[in-house]
Amino acid sequence: MIYDPIIKVRDLCVGFGDTQVLKGLSLDVQRGEILGFVGGSGAGKSVLMRTIIGLFPKQGGTIEVFGVNMDRAGERERRTVERRWGVLFQHGALFSSLTVRQNVQFLMREHLDITDKLMNEIAIAKLEMVGLRASDAEKFPSELSGGMTKRVALARALSLDPEIVFLDEPTSGLDPISAAEFDALIHTLQQTLGLTVFMVTHDPQSLHTVCDRIAALSDGVVVAEGDLGTMMLSEHPWVQSYFRGKRAAGGYKPLEMESVGA
Amino acid sequence: MTSAPELESSVKGDRLELSARGAWTAHYADALEMLVERHASGSANAAAVSIDMSHVNAFDTFGAWLLERLMRGFRQAGRNADIVGLNENYAPLLREMSDVNQSDYAPPVKRWHWTTPLDLLGRNAEAFFIGLAPFVNMLGAVGTAIGRVAVRPTTFRLTSMVNQFDRVCWQAIPIVLLITFLIGCIIAQQGFFHFRQFGADTYVVDMVGILVMREIGVLIVAIMVAGRSGSSFTAELGSMKMREEVDALRTMGFDPVEVLILPRLVALVIAVPVLTFLGSIAALLGGGLVAITYGGMSPEIFIERLRDAISMSSFKVGLIKAPFMALAIGLVACTEGLRVKGSAESLGLKTTDSVVKAIFMVIVMDGLFAIFFASIGM
Ligand SMILES: Nc1ncnc2c1ncn2[C@@H]1O[C@H](COP(=O)(O)OP(=O)(O)OP(=O)(O)O)[C@@H](O)[C@H]1O
Ligand SMILES: [Mg+2]
Repeated sequence: MIYDPIIKVRDLCVGFGDTQVLKGLSLDVQRGEILGFVGGSGAGKSVLMRTIIGLFPKQGGTIEVFGVNMDRAGERERRTVERRWGVLFQHGALFSSLTVRQNVQFLMREHLDITDKLMNEIAIAKLEMVGLRASDAEKFPSELSGGMTKRVALARALSLDPEIVFLDEPTSGLDPISAAEFDALIHTLQQTLGLTVFMVTHDPQSLHTVCDRIAALSDGVVVAEGDLGTMMLSEHPWVQSYFRGKRAAGGYKPLEMESVGA
Repeated sequence: MTSAPELESSVKGDRLELSARGAWTAHYADALEMLVERHASGSANAAAVSIDMSHVNAFDTFGAWLLERLMRGFRQAGRNADIVGLNENYAPLLREMSDVNQSDYAPPVKRWHWTTPLDLLGRNAEAFFIGLAPFVNMLGAVGTAIGRVAVRPTTFRLTSMVNQFDRVCWQAIPIVLLITFLIGCIIAQQGFFHFRQFGADTYVVDMVGILVMREIGVLIVAIMVAGRSGSSFTAELGSMKMREEVDALRTMGFDPVEVLILPRLVALVIAVPVLTFLGSIAALLGGGLVAITYGGMSPEIFIERLRDAISMSSFKVGLIKAPFMALAIGLVACTEGLRVKGSAESLGLKTTDSVVKAIFMVIVMDGLFAIFFASIGM
């Protein structure tokens, strides 16, 4: 695989007031890979994601997406970049006064010149792909369960078939079966669209089954990155306890540990 | 890298052969839709159709769905349709598509009919009367909460009340003083301008004094409080309702009326008389300033006339009304706040409702009080 980072983060520093959350973090995400991003609660995973997509100001460092330096990019250039990514926020962030269908169609209406018929069909198709039913389409976000909110948010993030999706804990709040379907869907999209996925997750199953690479965040920097095997061998104490502890992501499949150790 | 999508057809015997090229993606969705529409019904006499996808160089859900739609159309028309040469990377996505849109779903459409305005009128009237019920409910809930707090005064949320009082009264003082001062000036100026024509200059002081003390002071303050604090009560309680904070309180064994609403109401009931008093003084000052500068009256005469014109009872009339108006504003604001549903839009609607209803109530109450005071001779 050629080395072609689609997201390039260098020496990123982000803080709020006196507290420094990210302290010189560097990270590459390659085109077409699914990167699982792990870290303790409050470590700054969501902050990193929000900084990359431009919602938080940074104190230092550079961010390049699609080879565009987001600091130097003009308004128009930023808009085109933003059109090429989709974001799933940790808490859904659906538009509360629009129905589920309208939420999914929001970007299509803005950017595409297609008939209402096609727009409805695509919206329903997306909803069914993420595991919802057509009968949910006219519900409002306040009438959804937690897992349904996640699914609608994913459908909206994928509405324009973006090149990168940022997913903040997409499978939390889903039952294991739905979570597995969700992983399978992400995998299918990656295969077909060449989708790049930046996925913050705590779900060991996702890390196992779909993530091509994993990066671990601790103390404001990436302390380990690589495939699951590399993570298991990491010397860093937090990474060790994450992947080898009792409830750990690595302990999930004892066979794999042996093969890595060997 | 990508080029516009194409779809060419050729007929070989009873076979229709379609050959696709270019990018079948969201970017070209509009062109793609037209292409597919055009070929969907073409060559109706061909018994079999094959679609050659080998020259398609980009493919996403839009392309996949339109291809699926085309295939479904052919199959429904009883033709044999198959796809050849589809890149194996694209196949899983197309398989996903075979399950979707199988139910005949059509989003509801709103149509205009000549009865629509009538319907709307009826609904609004109904909503108005139904809207009174929660208000009365709230009055009852507040009554019982007061009862409970009266039995155990330590349960009253004093800190919260003081905090609310600071926002509702203390922070409102500058703007209330400014506005009432200006209103006093305007009334006096208009009085002098018009009364001067028939030499009734001195009665301007009577007019300003009585009007401000009995009506304008309390009305202006009540309207300002409704716009300033009533709206913020509704928005605060509404967003707490939206995020299930109110439900959380209830499940922890707290009564939202006692915790959230009572402190606000008490703060308001104290604040509005205080603001009314200060506002009336400011309006009188404004009137006096205009009388001296514009009306050419000496300060001594102004004060002399004012003393004759206003009595203790006009002062009382204004102040008695204040707490009742405060109560009405607070009740309306809190009731509307708790009626907010899940969406941001409903929060906006209820905040508007709260201010409009509160101002309406204030003016209606003022009218009722006027009748009442006239009949008891105050
Ligand atoms: N808007 C903000 N203002 C101030 N501090 C913030 C803000 N957003 C996040 N933080 C702080 O930054 C730190 C990292 O938060 P972040 O939301 O990134 O955690 P996380 O790694 O996503 O955790 P989780 O797995 O629980 O979602 C926390 O200490 C948090 O308090
Ligand atoms: Mg987070």
